[in-house]
Amino acid sequence: MQTTILYIGRDTEITVVMNRLLNARPEWKGICVCTDEEAISILKAQEVDLVLLGNGISLKCEKALRANIIALKPDVKIIQHYGGGSGLLYGEIMTALA
Amino acid sequence: MSQFILHKENTRGHANHGWLNAHHSFSFANYYNPERMHFGVLRVLNDDLIDGGMGFGAHPHDNMEIITIPLAGAIAHKDSMGNSAVIKSGEIQVMSAGTGVSHSEFNALEDKKLSLLQIWLFPNKKNVTPRYDQLALDVDARQNNFQQILSPNQDDEGVWIHQDAWFSLGKFDKGFETEYKIKKAGNGVYAFVISGEVTINGQTLSKRDGLGIWDTDSISFKANTEGAEVLLMDVPMELS
Repeated sequence: MQTTILYIGRDTEITVVMNRLLNARPEWKGICVCTDEEAISILKAQEVDLVLLGNGISLKCEKALRANIIALKPDVKIIQHYGGGSGLLYGEIMTALA
Repeated sequence: MSQFILHKENTRGHANHGWLNAHHSFSFANYYNPERMHFGVLRVLNDDLIDGGMGFGAHPHDNMEIITIPLAGAIAHKDSMGNSAVIKSGEIQVMSAGTGVSHSEFNALEDKKLSLLQIWLFPNKKNVTPRYDQLALDVDARQNNFQQILSPNQDDEGVWIHQDAWFSLGKFDKGFETEYKIKKAGNGVYAFVISGEVTINGQTLSKRDGLGIWDTDSISFKANTEGAEVLLMDVPMELS
């Protein structure tokens, strides 16, 4: 069974990398977007197990985003992704899903 | 009462990619150990040995303070901020990844292996403007002295980062004893032995061992072998 992971970050290049990394593992399904609107529409349309907040999201946007996510999916886990690449990703996800 | 955690050299994560022989003091890439996630804001301590001419192609980073210390050899660095530089042993490089930066890192020499420490700290502020710096250190100034090489302050000795952290390097004569005072209340110290054998707070440490100490305001230090080299990372224990 796949874990569906939604990544939200503002940097296009990092988003492309995250999409590649998340979908490189058969146990994960990664969906990566740059805008909060795209993120919310995905959360409305399908089940998501974990949300990764990536780079460039202002504190104000993050607060609103977290509130909207919880309103839509109260049980979804939301974590901050640091590093923008493969270094910390596996550990972050494993810790969140443990 | 001070607390400590000991990470012996042979308990680190290990990944040998042929051109890259890497040891991880904390979980990194495919090495995952839930008991080795971080020491305070210190998240990554990688001990990399890279073949001549080889390295990491362009790849992005964000929201990390990334410090690179070449121990032997030289790194060729290029990044999306327009920096192109070679960092040699005796120098230190720092990159605040902030909102996002892309860089490449290669062994600048074709005929010599590159040995480096790469250290990542969680920043105390997210989404800062990316920045890069490098500095040639006065290597002689660390003889029997913990030479400060990094701090949170632009005007202080060494490079600076977006975190209340201080790094110091020292190289010591056999039998030399000293005390290191922690720079800020609430910080702990992670000591990493680059070479030789030392005793810190009664714990004997060998090459590439790590010792994290917290809930104290100072640590005791003694060099047990001639030329023992140690990196001290004085870091906040609370994640902001």
